[in-house]
Amino acid sequence: MASVYSPPGFNFSNEIRNNFLLEKGLPLPKATSTGTTIVGCLFKDGIVLGADTRATEGPIVADKNCEKIHYITENIRCCGAGTAADTEFTTALISSNMELHALSTGRKPRVVTAMTMLKQMLYRYQGHVGAALVLGGVDATGPHLFTIHPHGSTDKLPYVTMGSGSLAAMAVFESGWRADMSRDEALNLVKAAISAGIFNDLGSGSNVDACIITATHTELLRNVEMPNQRVEKERKYAFRRGTTAWKNQTVRDLIVKEELTTVGAGPGEAMDTT
Amino acid sequence: MDHVDINRLKTGEVNLGTSIMAVQFEGGVVIGADSRTTTGSYIANRVTDKLTYVHDRIYCCRSGSAADTQAVADIVHYALQMYSQTAGEPPTVHHAASVFQKLCYENKDQLTAGIIVAGWDKEVGPSVYNIPLGGGLFRQPWAIGGSGSTYVYGYCDATYRDGWGRDECINFVKNTLALAMSRDGSSGGVIRMCVITEEKVERLFVPGDELPRFWEGREVLGEAVPKKQPVGEAGIGLVPMAVEA
Repeated sequence: MASVYSPPGFNFSNEIRNNFLLEKGLPLPKATSTGTTIVGCLFKDGIVLGADTRATEGPIVADKNCEKIHYITENIRCCGAGTAADTEFTTALISSNMELHALSTGRKPRVVTAMTMLKQMLYRYQGHVGAALVLGGVDATGPHLFTIHPHGSTDKLPYVTMGSGSLAAMAVFESGWRADMSRDEALNLVKAAISAGIFNDLGSGSNVDACIITATHTELLRNVEMPNQRVEKERKYAFRRGTTAWKNQTVRDLIVKEELTTVGAGPGEAMDTT
Repeated sequence: MDHVDINRLKTGEVNLGTSIMAVQFEGGVVIGADSRTTTGSYIANRVTDKLTYVHDRIYCCRSGSAADTQAVADIVHYALQMYSQTAGEPPTVHHAASVFQKLCYENKDQLTAGIIVAGWDKEVGPSVYNIPLGGGLFRQPWAIGGSGSTYVYGYCDATYRDGWGRDECINFVKNTLALAMSRDGSSGGVIRMCVITEEKVERLFVPGDELPRFWEGREVLGEAVPKKQPVGEAGIGLVPMAVEA
């Protein structure tokens, strides 16, 4: 009997076949990637996170209004860029582990805890889990904002951007960010940064989502800005009478008139069927 | 192994194309670093803190892959906490450096990490250890590292003197890093420094617009070559090879 044993860990047995097929011009199926603009911004009372809502598969827009601000805990949220499935499942896994951690310690969860869990997981997968994250929240030690790269490195900054639209968004932050902004100022800056990504980056588009986290309250603002609403289709394609000028006019009768003339035997004589 | 490949980061990996440095003096050590973190040609963080705490009087300067060096520093930080709790006394700098070296050597095929460990302990006082890419461990009176360091080895060799005090070492670090940052495109931003002594760890900061300035060239085309400048007049135009007063 053949052995049914399979060793633990990843199975790379299809690697050679896949490379061969790739060489022959058959590409591997593409993962849905959130060519994205995500941002985070510190203000006087907490954190504002922002994201666009476009998901792409290569050149195709796979989802025009997806959600990229993921729930970690009530006071911690995480924006995801990169491979959509990876951001979705890593945040879900860490959210789950954060809940268990809070239950076992009996304390309110901290942002650094989520950050450490995420970076240790992403580091373990050496960049193969393609999640580029902006993590923000308010805990007992105050407001915190991090970026986490797919290879597991982290940065702690007062304003951050990630995804393909990060350059456009960072340009807005670098010129507009100030220390100790009010809630509305911060929200407007985040809206402007995401809009810069939506309009200037091909990988980003559609609407603006935002999330405001303070010590007492978390507010998810789904589609706070909708700059790409499509107008109602008229569905009337007929041209107005007189659109085209004409030089002369001919009127033809299109009805074909036919005259029926009966030839041969007159009426009343039946066919001989004998 | 034939030779060490500097450019072996995975595509898209965050890189600390860096200038880092550490110098020991009578009562302690001065460590310093630039603040640039890059992903390709994009500066992912222009105010990075590459001087990383691993114990009360032991810090490390990180260069190479950001992910690798952060992971290694986190593990060492944990190991030293465990050590000080079980041994009931703080670890020596050599102990910390050995933990770093063990990780860097045993995982050398998977890591891109050039680390300088520096600090103060009651066994030997101040000390600086260099752990370059292959995972060696070298005690040095001064050490430089990162991509920017190659530009300033000559400056350091020509300038360094034994028996310097705290302030002279601070100026040495500041000037060396400013020179490295001006020549190396992967280094830049601000200078962060730490002075670690038995009593305390003091953090120093030099903003990007207040870096020491050296010869920066002058307009040559359409301008007569100026006469010989008077000796002793400090400022741009002269080449201050010595440490600033």
